[in-house]
Amino acid sequence: MSKRIDVDNLNVYYGDFLAVEDVKMGIDARSVTAFIGPSGCGKSTFLRTLNRMHEVIPGARAEGQVLLDGEDLYGPGVDPVVVRSMIGMVFQRPNPFPTMSIRDNVLAGVKLNSKRISRGDADALVESSLQGANLWNEVKDRLDKPGSGLSGGQQQRLCIARAIAVKPDVILMDEPASALDPISTLAIEDLINELKQDYTVVIVTHNMQQASRISDRTAFFNIQGTGKPGKLIEYGPTSEIFSNPKQQQTEDYVSGRFG
Amino acid sequence: MFNTASSAPVATPSSGARKARLTSNQRPKWLVPAVGVASIVVGAALSALVGFNVALWAVFAAVLFLVAATLAVSLVEGPRNGADSLVTYLVYTAFVLAVVPLISVIWTVLANGLPGLNANLLLTSMNGVTGATDNAAVAGEAPVLGGAYHAIVGTVSITFWATLMSVPIGLLTAIYLVEYSKGAWLGRSITFFVDVMTGIPSIVAGLFAAALFGLLFGPSTRFGFVAAVALTVLMIPTVVKNTEEMLKIVPNELREASYALGVRKWRTITKVVIPTAISGIASGVTLAIARVIGETAPLLVTAGFATSINWNSFSGWMTTLPTYIYYQILTPTSPTNPDPSLQRAWAAALILIVIVMLLNLIARLVARAFAPKTAGR
Ligand SMILES: Nc1ncnc2c1ncn2[C@@H]1O[C@H](COP(=O)(O)OP(=O)(O)O)[C@@H](O)[C@H]1O
Ligand SMILES: [Mg+2]
Repeated sequence: MSKRIDVDNLNVYYGDFLAVEDVKMGIDARSVTAFIGPSGCGKSTFLRTLNRMHEVIPGARAEGQVLLDGEDLYGPGVDPVVVRSMIGMVFQRPNPFPTMSIRDNVLAGVKLNSKRISRGDADALVESSLQGANLWNEVKDRLDKPGSGLSGGQQQRLCIARAIAVKPDVILMDEPASALDPISTLAIEDLINELKQDYTVVIVTHNMQQASRISDRTAFFNIQGTGKPGKLIEYGPTSEIFSNPKQQQTEDYVSGRFG
Repeated sequence: MFNTASSAPVATPSSGARKARLTSNQRPKWLVPAVGVASIVVGAALSALVGFNVALWAVFAAVLFLVAATLAVSLVEGPRNGADSLVTYLVYTAFVLAVVPLISVIWTVLANGLPGLNANLLLTSMNGVTGATDNAAVAGEAPVLGGAYHAIVGTVSITFWATLMSVPIGLLTAIYLVEYSKGAWLGRSITFFVDVMTGIPSIVAGLFAAALFGLLFGPSTRFGFVAAVALTVLMIPTVVKNTEEMLKIVPNELREASYALGVRKWRTITKVVIPTAISGIASGVTLAIARVIGETAPLLVTAGFATSINWNSFSGWMTTLPTYIYYQILTPTSPTNPDPSLQRAWAAALILIVIVMLLNLIARLVARAFAPKTAGR
């Protein structure tokens, strides 16, 4: 199920503003890759180009190549909707659909696309997705209650369940725990650790301890000043980035000397 | 305990000082009501001096109360609380001022309309009712005959057609403006024209529809549907504006959540955005209906006037409740004895108000049924 991503020569613009410049990286299947860097350096922008979610923002466009197991996401005739069903995304703020029950939230990817699914299959999908998101035991007795009645951490895990119910190959997460308390954060981190058995996980975080706890490889992005483009400074195994970085900027950042 | 401590000679002065800073004088509970009663009494006396009437009394009492209550509270609790109560009572006064006309209207319509509201009025038309019938009723030889059934039928069917046309157009326009236009010139010019349309005098809309159907079917073509077109012109801008506002407050995060699941844009709009906003949209539509259901001028020039029941909006003249009221008052059925006509007009006005209130009720029920489920931990 899980696929690798190779990015080459990627530039991202908002209108005329070059937000991210010339990124090249390979993301392994069945691994957790963390993006760190000061805010405004283009982590979210770059993450969104990995499933073409940046196209939802007026004026945003990307140039370059993003290969999913060798297939270019930006090739001619590629449908961004199909791309997004293969590469799911979880956002910073939990955003369950307020009109839907917990069960319907998990089934949203199926139901919103009006795919036919038998009652039994739907039940199985709900249970497996919620179990995959470590939420099943907490909500199994109230699947018909609204998703917005859950706590923030539960809502975020509901959003993860919703994302894995679509059975994607890759899951992108943009600071998924930054709006959560430490206990919920721990639950999400445990979950990410389990998710990498089946999925390629890419996570943006501003929390360096989190990056070092959960990721296999870490990418450090930086920006030279406001109005300048963000760049990928260093990318490597997490232990190396944190204990033995090659770049002075990376060392300054991970040792807390700036940022 | 505190009493003994404070009466003791070595009571700590610092704790006393701290206590003084934390609490200040409080007005007794009876103060403001007492000032209120006093203002009403003095107000009555003052207005009696000038020449008593209820309105003058109310004005005097209100002004006296505002001044006296503010003074009393500031004397007891200090100027900041005085200003606070002044503004509080000003707000209450404004509220009362705003509600008085509403209650007065409802009271007048109920008082005048209830006596005429009977099965006859609800279930018969004016077909065959002449001046002689009304004269007989006034002379006490027969009950007041004739009713507004045909006008209720006209109002319901014309409003139905107008709603049927304007809601899809308005809804789709709003969806285009919010979800698709992205500030393009087409979107901006639609917004501009919708704003202009909001200000169109209703008679102009009526003349537009009359002229349009005049071109198509010959001069003075009048039937229910022509009026529905006129009302559509008036309804569309309201529906567009309301729906636009409701769609705009749907958080972008929900759209993004849907896109990120691989859901197409139009499905995102129909299955996420609109359901989230539906309760607001429904009440907006009801408000738009309520706005046009009382229109008179455009109906006079488009639907004509009839005294008998006509269920067919596509042929024959039609009466609606507002035009019915208008004609009953302006040209009573019996010029010498206008009272039965007056009674029917008030009863029809009551029916109109009840219909609008029912619409509001329905909108609330719809809104509640569709509202995003937030409760239920
Ligand atoms: N919707 C947008 N329109 C224009 N510029 C944007 C938009 N979103 C982000 N940017 C700009 O792109 C740069 C990178 O932003 P972002 O990717 O959000 O950074 P990060 O996630 O690392 O904090 C910033 O300079 C920001 O101002
Ligand atoms: Mg960000």
